[in-house]
Amino acid sequence: MIDVLDAVKTYGSVRVVDGVRLTLPAGGLTSIVGPNGAGKSTLLSLIARLLEMDGGQVLVDGLDVTSTRSDVLATRIAALRQENHLTSRLTVRDLVTFGRYPHSKGRTTPEDLEHVARALEFLDLEPLADRFLDEMSGGQRQRAFVAMVLCQDTDVVLLDEPLNNLDPRHAVAMMERLRAAVDELGKTVVLVVHDINVAAHYSDHIVAMCDGAVMVEGSPREVIRPEVLSSVYGLPVEVHEIAGRPHATYFPPGRPSVTFSIA
Amino acid sequence: MPRLGAVAGVVGLLTIVSLFVGVGDVTPASLANAVFGADDGSRHDVLLVLASRVPRTIAILLAGAGMAIAGQIMQLLSRNRFVEPSTAGTVESAAIGILAVTVLAPGAPVMVKMLVATVTALAGTALFLRILRHVPLRSVLVVPLVGLMLGGIINAVSTFFAYRLDLVQSLNTWMTGDFSGVLRGRYELLWLTFALVVVAYLVADRFTVAGMGQDFVTNLGMNYRAVLALGLSIVSMVTAVVVVTVGAIPFLGLVVPNVVALMFGDNLRRTAPWVALGGAGFVLVCDLLGRTVRYPYEVPIGVVVGVVGSAAFLFLLLRRGARVA
Repeated sequence: MIDVLDAVKTYGSVRVVDGVRLTLPAGGLTSIVGPNGAGKSTLLSLIARLLEMDGGQVLVDGLDVTSTRSDVLATRIAALRQENHLTSRLTVRDLVTFGRYPHSKGRTTPEDLEHVARALEFLDLEPLADRFLDEMSGGQRQRAFVAMVLCQDTDVVLLDEPLNNLDPRHAVAMMERLRAAVDELGKTVVLVVHDINVAAHYSDHIVAMCDGAVMVEGSPREVIRPEVLSSVYGLPVEVHEIAGRPHATYFPPGRPSVTFSIA
Repeated sequence: MPRLGAVAGVVGLLTIVSLFVGVGDVTPASLANAVFGADDGSRHDVLLVLASRVPRTIAILLAGAGMAIAGQIMQLLSRNRFVEPSTAGTVESAAIGILAVTVLAPGAPVMVKMLVATVTALAGTALFLRILRHVPLRSVLVVPLVGLMLGGIINAVSTFFAYRLDLVQSLNTWMTGDFSGVLRGRYELLWLTFALVVVAYLVADRFTVAGMGQDFVTNLGMNYRAVLALGLSIVSMVTAVVVVTVGAIPFLGLVVPNVVALMFGDNLRRTAPWVALGGAGFVLVCDLLGRTVRYPYEVPIGVVVGVVGSAAFLFLLLRRGARVA
């Protein structure tokens, strides 16, 4: 369970995260959506104690992330930020094995190796395991980073745009795997996602943020509604029912003759 | 892929060669004769080997391994391939510390010089990292340029005082590595670098993770500042010991870790033996070159390493091209 109590983060005079109050139940997949600069990534980093808060509190399983020992938290929360620029040369296997560090403290046991093998398999990385990350494509690297975070085997997994650089096939595969991690392993997964329909299709819970605050939260049905999304994104959004699920479209209809009017 | 054992064998062989290269004409046969035979005339061979050649060779191996490891740690901590103690102001900061002791407490033992040099090296390197935080454009090449400029400024201050106090020659001996003055009783401090290399190996994982960036360090439950402090302490101490005993050896910490990374990557736990061995072997080869090219005169190691190292480094740059970033 994650409790965010009035979290504040400011950069200069800008309050990027402005008093967010949020409770996410244990288990389940939550997507944070919203326009650029809404504070989604910052909120995720605050929960993962990767950024220092300027006010408020975050509790993960009742543990305050600012005061709890970092090595204790590392066995409970794993997080991946959006941009991961590596200057050092590591193989996929090296990287994924480092995901075990909070458990192994560097002395890798056979059990750790099992976790590594499973994570590699889970993300379809076995053929690439001994390749250097700097010699791989962006999408392959992204999968390797996610594998590392999953290998950390924490109850809470926070991923900032895990679908970055992934083609549709791998994006779907990634979401299916995260869904499986929730359904089969009982993990709590929180994602920042840009594609509303991915969020609608795979999430149990959607949090829509705007200007550093939570605007709406609820089930996909409650959030994926034209009036909600239109005001969150400042863009006319239509929602259609496709195969029994809400599906948002936000392209001006009827190009090239642009006919939509701002309702 | 070369084997670690094979490379160790080559370095071992060069070590033995190193014992028999020099102005004094010692051969394995004459040494054996002196040890086991009754020939009193070759007793001084034993003395020569024990008092000069062995210390010199050990000093080379220790300094080489230490500086290469220090360079590798610096590169991981600064997350930049072009940073090493001589491109981060560390060497110059160590030298200014030694200069300060020489001026303020001329009779102080070498241990005191080393400790003060460690502190100033630590301060200089920390200053370098602090400046980096404020440099908005952190392009790959700006980082070492900032370090070189900082080193230049510190060196200018040292040179000013050294000039005024008639210590320019001493300053030069610290800034230019030279193993010709290494004798028994004057190099033993270098064993400290061996201990530091072992420490670095034991905590290697932390430095590798530090090389992945602060977020990864925090995510995996380590304390970033503690890792940084530990790494900088090792780097500063190794640099201080090497500068105080044999003088600075430039480029070494750049060339060796880069070659090793190219071949085996950056997982320090796995590459540390290669980096240490590579550093030792590289300095040994350069020292042998320096001792033989103008025989019976010697070219200082700093010069040879500078020439060979910069050539090797240029080759790396041109070969790797944009990938270094």
